[in-house]
Amino acid sequence: MATERKLTDIGSGDAAMQPIYSPAGGWSTTEDAVKLVPTHCPFCGMQCGMNLKVDGEGHVFGVEPRDFPVNKGRMCPKGVVAYQQINHPQRLTYPMMRRGGKDSPLERCTWDEALDFIARRFREIQAQHGPNAVSIYSGSSMTTEKSYLMGKFARVAVGTGNIDYNGRLCMVSAAAGNNKAFGVDRAANPWSDIALADAILLAGSNTAECHPLTMPYLWEARDRGAKLIVIDPRVTPSARTADLHLQIRPGTDAALANAILYEMIRHDWLDHEFINSRTVGWDEVAATVANYSPAKVAILCGIPAARIEQAAEIWGQAKTSFLGHARGIEHQTHGSNNVMAYINLVLASGRIGRPGCGYGTLTGQGNGQGGREHGQKVDQLPGQRKLDDPAARQYIAEVWGINEADFPKPGYAITDQIEPMLTGEIRAMLNICSNPMVSLPDQDAIRRALTNLELYVVIDFFMSESAELADVVLPGSVWAEDEGTTTNVEGRVIRINKATNPPGEARVDWEIICDLAARLGKGDKFNYHSAGEIWDELRVASKGGKADYYGITYEKIDAQDGVFWPCPTMESKGTPRLFEQRFYFPDGKARFNTIEYQPPAEMPDAEYPFFYTTGRVIFHYLSGNQTRRIGSLVENAPEPYVEMHPLLAQKLGLERGDIARLRSRRGELYLPVKVTRSIRPDTVFVPYHWGGKQAANILTIRAYDPISRIPEYKVCAVAIERAPDDAIITMNAMREIPVAKASPGEQFA
Amino acid sequence: MAKKFFMDPQRCIGCRACMAACQECDTHRGVSMIYIDTLDTEWSPQTSPTVCMHCVNPPCANVCPADAIKQDENGIVLQASVDRCIYCRNCLIACPFGVPKYQAKQALMIKCDQCYDRTSVGKKPWCATACPTKALDYGEYDEIIQQHPGSAVNQWQFGDQALETNVYVFAPKETRKFQVLQLFDYREQAGYAPNAGLAGGQQEIKGESDADVWAGWENRDWTGWSALQQEQEGK
Repeated sequence: MATERKLTDIGSGDAAMQPIYSPAGGWSTTEDAVKLVPTHCPFCGMQCGMNLKVDGEGHVFGVEPRDFPVNKGRMCPKGVVAYQQINHPQRLTYPMMRRGGKDSPLERCTWDEALDFIARRFREIQAQHGPNAVSIYSGSSMTTEKSYLMGKFARVAVGTGNIDYNGRLCMVSAAAGNNKAFGVDRAANPWSDIALADAILLAGSNTAECHPLTMPYLWEARDRGAKLIVIDPRVTPSARTADLHLQIRPGTDAALANAILYEMIRHDWLDHEFINSRTVGWDEVAATVANYSPAKVAILCGIPAARIEQAAEIWGQAKTSFLGHARGIEHQTHGSNNVMAYINLVLASGRIGRPGCGYGTLTGQGNGQGGREHGQKVDQLPGQRKLDDPAARQYIAEVWGINEADFPKPGYAITDQIEPMLTGEIRAMLNICSNPMVSLPDQDAIRRALTNLELYVVIDFFMSESAELADVVLPGSVWAEDEGTTTNVEGRVIRINKATNPPGEARVDWEIICDLAARLGKGDKFNYHSAGEIWDELRVASKGGKADYYGITYEKIDAQDGVFWPCPTMESKGTPRLFEQRFYFPDGKARFNTIEYQPPAEMPDAEYPFFYTTGRVIFHYLSGNQTRRIGSLVENAPEPYVEMHPLLAQKLGLERGDIARLRSRRGELYLPVKVTRSIRPDTVFVPYHWGGKQAANILTIRAYDPISRIPEYKVCAVAIERAPDDAIITMNAMREIPVAKASPGEQFA
Repeated sequence: MAKKFFMDPQRCIGCRACMAACQECDTHRGVSMIYIDTLDTEWSPQTSPTVCMHCVNPPCANVCPADAIKQDENGIVLQASVDRCIYCRNCLIACPFGVPKYQAKQALMIKCDQCYDRTSVGKKPWCATACPTKALDYGEYDEIIQQHPGSAVNQWQFGDQALETNVYVFAPKETRKFQVLQLFDYREQAGYAPNAGLAGGQQEIKGESDADVWAGWENRDWTGWSALQQEQEGK
């Protein structure tokens, strides 16, 4: 008897995950297109412009380049095929629920049955266990309208303070560091400034694979003679061509940044005028970094001292520069500190707020920026307002038409909700736009937490690993089925246009949320007829906040190819470059932050002797729920693997293609070995886009940054050995790669 | 001057956006006529694109007994004509770049015609439009040459066979011609490291080659930060 195989139980070979190798409905040609809908890619923070080709029946069947200023027609491999998820045969097309409790199957139901059930259970659970027993877990791959709505829905309709979002796994360290140093959280410059920089320093960013369309800016600068410094434990495609690559030991970033500053001080490569007039806190920082000589730090970081000195030479003497960082330095228990340590290098050089002089954090999610500033973060209200600021609460209460006293008690960040879910303090969760059964660390604990919930609701457009565990699954919309805005990596607010309707009974996400709000008795506060109406309310809600969107109308976005916030008035054209005059603290000055190196939560030891680090490949987006279903992407990256240096492979007796067993204190993982000189010998790398038994996060640690609460995905300790024979047989059966498409001639037959 | 197609393998990140884009082409949807190779996984993440080089004097056309392969007025070598091709596969053997592919189902040679459908209406070829890193580019010769610090090379020497191509490949400044056979021994070239790339990349520090850096990697006392701190304070 065939048993039901679930994504969470097995790997990429499952039939439910069979990718499609041609668009649903077959390949059509441009002549069939009745219209081109200008929009943007749904994936990373670059938000590249693209045109979707729509046929006479309203089906999206292809893509055409769009000459948008950010990407000028260029696209990465995910962008080219993004449209193939729209009519994908695996789309969820009707609501489902488990009528007979946790052990019963997910069965088709009506929208009314599902929504009534959710509303009733929310209220029952809250009546019994308090308002915060219900959690709303949202995401940043949605439009800003939807992200804003989730924050309002949690606080006004559900009445819970437990509202958080998956940027907790992505952008929060950068946001925390930016707020502490600049008083605001946004990339300081439009990307066009990168092309003008003479020195570019990228820390913990595999730009080529994670933000491919940043590369033309880097090359434009380098064609003029700019020097590129990359700091990464791996020779990524970004590091491969760099003028200087510091192949750092995981978790030691703050020490390296301090050592570079040490050299800048020693050679007096400082902008004293800038430090005196526009910053606070220099003396303490200078005193602290005096302990971080390159000779000493070199031993800690596992790189030659001479390379640290070279980095300081390039960075210190440049006339213009750009510093970018990403999850490599942020996904650590000291992620926020690392960010601040690198910002110190920018402030000491004085090169910010001018053409060609800047700083930016490379936003991972499509709407990582817009999604993190309008109130779906646990401690935040629209416009980057703080929840604990009484004036902010008063203003937002007025916009929402509620009493300030009715704001629910503050809840927990999502990473801090795992314990309360295990202990029963949190008993229900509505999850939209996130796939925790791939993305959260220590997967075993996450599965126990989610299955421990009395009610777990998932809104998604595919049956994700997390949706499989849900009690109710509601079919939502993909990006091309709704309109709205996102804010890209530069802080540029851009417009997503609707190209088609959701399939079957699937619905636009914000309509689902509004319907649910009505059933919770708050319909009058969620009476929207279009995404544009939500946008107009958001503009008012953000007014006067740091992220002021008030003057950004859909029309202005179209007319200007995007609008950079802040844009406080109808007359304003927006603010492409920040900090030209002042920083966002009341005194207008930036803050140096004194950072000491502190070791990661878990260091290798005799029992678990190697560093384990995780990251992305270019072919997949985050939890892979969208991209693991598209043939051309699956062909290129069908399954995870463990990358190890030949020295380590030799020591362990492993060769390319062998199956290795990786063990950490949290669990074990069987993966094929990729032997490559592009990684440090003391470190192994596993890409994290897969779930079930292939989830890189089986091994990662539930240790969080004390400031940002981001998990330490980039450092933990593992043991590695050849897998036992029986495990290899099981593993090989599990990883049957979907049958690749027939010979290339097929389509011509 | 007609627009030209340029490649800079050094900028290739192996993302295969070009292949996905090629599959979007209206004339051969679902089939890519550009190829990306990973050169030597163990040594480097370096990848490299292969696309029809559109030889000025194309060997594939020269060996075609049916005269099925034609060039247009800009030197673009077109795919074998459906009416003429006798599927002998001489072109596959003759092309030193390995570009033409034989389609069993259709009994026809297929290869890139530089997106004739797009270039003829003023657009760029799909692959060169999509390529996120400008490893592939298409435009006015003078404009592109001016922006790029390297040397655009279209002269090739394969053993005794010399070829000139309509597609240019960027190489380090002094390069005039690719001596293809000599490029195969890169592993033996002094100082080659994974991040040195095949053309340039960072310079090794004297006495700090990668072999030196990793020497004794198992014994490094990287947990000794506090000891180092104490040592410093003791001074």
